[in-house]
Amino acid sequence: MKREEILQKYTPELENILFILHDLQDNNPQHYLSKEDLEAVANYLNVPYSYVHGVATFYSMFSLKPRGKYIIRVCESPACHLMGSSNIIYELAKLLGIGIGETTSDGLFTLELSSCLGVCGVAPAMMINDEVYGNLTPEKIRQIIEEKRRER
Amino acid sequence: MKLQRAHVLVSVDPETVMAGAKEVEERLIKEIESRGLSDEIKVLETGTLGISGKGVVLVVYPEGIYYENVKPDDVPKIVEEHLLKGRPVKELMLPELPVRAVKRETVGLTRKQVRIVLENAGVIDPENIEEYIAVGGYEALEKALTSMKPEEVIEEVKKSGLRGRGGAGFPTGLKWEFTRKAEGDIKYVICNADEGEPGTFKDRLILEGDPHKLLEGMMLCAYAIGARKGYIYIRGEYALSIKRMQKAIDDAYKYGLLGEDILGTGFSFDIEIKKGAGAYVCGEETALIESLEGKRGQPRFKPPYPVTHGLWQKPTVVNNVETLANVPSIIKNGAEWYKKFGTEKSTGTKVYTILGHVKYPGLIEVEMGTPLREIIFSYGGGIKNGKKFKAALVGGAAGVFLPDRLLDVKMDFDNLKEYKAVLGSGAILVMNEDACMVDMLFSIIRFFYHESCGKCTPCRIGTRELLELIKKVRKGEGEESDLDKMIKISESMWKSSFCPLGQSLIMPVKSAIENFREEFVKHLDKEFHCENCRR
Repeated sequence: MKREEILQKYTPELENILFILHDLQDNNPQHYLSKEDLEAVANYLNVPYSYVHGVATFYSMFSLKPRGKYIIRVCESPACHLMGSSNIIYELAKLLGIGIGETTSDGLFTLELSSCLGVCGVAPAMMINDEVYGNLTPEKIRQIIEEKRRER
Repeated sequence: MKLQRAHVLVSVDPETVMAGAKEVEERLIKEIESRGLSDEIKVLETGTLGISGKGVVLVVYPEGIYYENVKPDDVPKIVEEHLLKGRPVKELMLPELPVRAVKRETVGLTRKQVRIVLENAGVIDPENIEEYIAVGGYEALEKALTSMKPEEVIEEVKKSGLRGRGGAGFPTGLKWEFTRKAEGDIKYVICNADEGEPGTFKDRLILEGDPHKLLEGMMLCAYAIGARKGYIYIRGEYALSIKRMQKAIDDAYKYGLLGEDILGTGFSFDIEIKKGAGAYVCGEETALIESLEGKRGQPRFKPPYPVTHGLWQKPTVVNNVETLANVPSIIKNGAEWYKKFGTEKSTGTKVYTILGHVKYPGLIEVEMGTPLREIIFSYGGGIKNGKKFKAALVGGAAGVFLPDRLLDVKMDFDNLKEYKAVLGSGAILVMNEDACMVDMLFSIIRFFYHESCGKCTPCRIGTRELLELIKKVRKGEGEESDLDKMIKISESMWKSSFCPLGQSLIMPVKSAIENFREEFVKHLDKEFHCENCRR
């Protein structure tokens, strides 16, 4: 969908800004908000660019940097921490060769941390894009990543 | 509802979908069709059944038999043996029925679990408004609109003793009354579904399992305070909740339960969903209002409170999901009925999530005043793998670490206060003897450091200082005075932070260090080895 079409879905009122930003980001194959996106939102809602930038950087679900095809968000809340999420993060970083907040050079994976995903019954847990993965072990992580690499 | 011989309920939530619930459901429908049983047996999607970590869970009614870890290939056997021949498949049944897996007909009678908020979750199809109506849904709305004045609705809620389930425990009826009496023609109802407290997912289960109950609660509130418009602010990560809630809203419009002149009574009300974008602080009501208005979600100065100056400076009620989900039952059955549950000052039930090293992680709804020990050991099944209990973190990240000697605390607003603890979001994280308190406190402080919104100095700087200190202790470079410094910093934050985020860090910090000081002191020794802290 084109940027203009997304904007037109919403009335130009400030209360719609989060919806618009979500929608623009979801439509971007690199899962991020570009400078042009923010400028378009500012024009559409008739607010300064700095305002839109301020909102977009306040919320952790928005990224102003291009991200990979698969965004891995590992839950680091106390419930997952107790069940061993640090091992999972360590394993992922080793496997992908990237640190937290970075994207692999082939543009496939971005590794992020997330606050509670609300699936604590299967801790430690993570999300890859919209999908939830739980009861994670280093072994399971290797399988999931391999699978995703094959799917590309 | 059509009359059927049997119902098969498939629990569909993020956890079971991950385990293949959709494939199992498809296969079930196919198998039932191919055996010509489609008219007799109905397959329903439902919210969670409250059983966690057991893969795809099914329950077959009228027998109330639970199957766990069901794979698509198990389906033919279940259909053939159980549904056709009436012989339950033993090897797939839950070996021990956790207390929370109560049969429908015993709910509310056994007092094992008293279900008010979750009475329909896992029992009806949340995407079907007719099923909600069939179990008595929207009766409270009809009763209120046709036979009660708005003031009478408020009076009933006040009499019921219902207190906010978001954490602070403010009397709900009083909040409604303030808003009704506030000056102005335009008023709003906001449902706070920005559930971000670590270890908490009770609101998600209400949103996914019984969305109409929440809508009905909001409608009753709107009628009582004189609002025409309501918003549900749902956190951005809850994709399924947003989808189910939207479906429920659309259906309510179709049935004339939302919109203009509802049930021909002249009462009009609209509800809209707003989606969050990942900010813990937006769970604070004024930050949530700012976010809803399209701003950075930073808290406002109070007073004035939202009851007089809320959304767009209009009088506004902000209520938690669980609070609103209590209201339909109160109006339908009356305050006297509701007061039978719980304690004198904390009436009704509370939904808890039990997590960590327990046998049965998941959620339960029990009466206010139920002892913590009973929740952990009866409902949670105690500690798994024969390990010993060490501590429970009660109330989420902004909660309190309780050791064994304090487990007999009765869980309600006032009793917990005596232990300097809070009910909070109802999250109970249980730790066994292998857990390290230093490491757990590190995880909590790191969370607060990340989520501090930066508006006020005590919280912004305080979380940073605390993080540095706990890292030092964790690495074996700390001194005894660092422990006291941590308590002192969190005390200053409690006294001087702008909103509850900074004010509440004192609870985990103080309770961890005071109740488990020995363990903290051990970590000060450079030679000490700790698996969890990686040293």
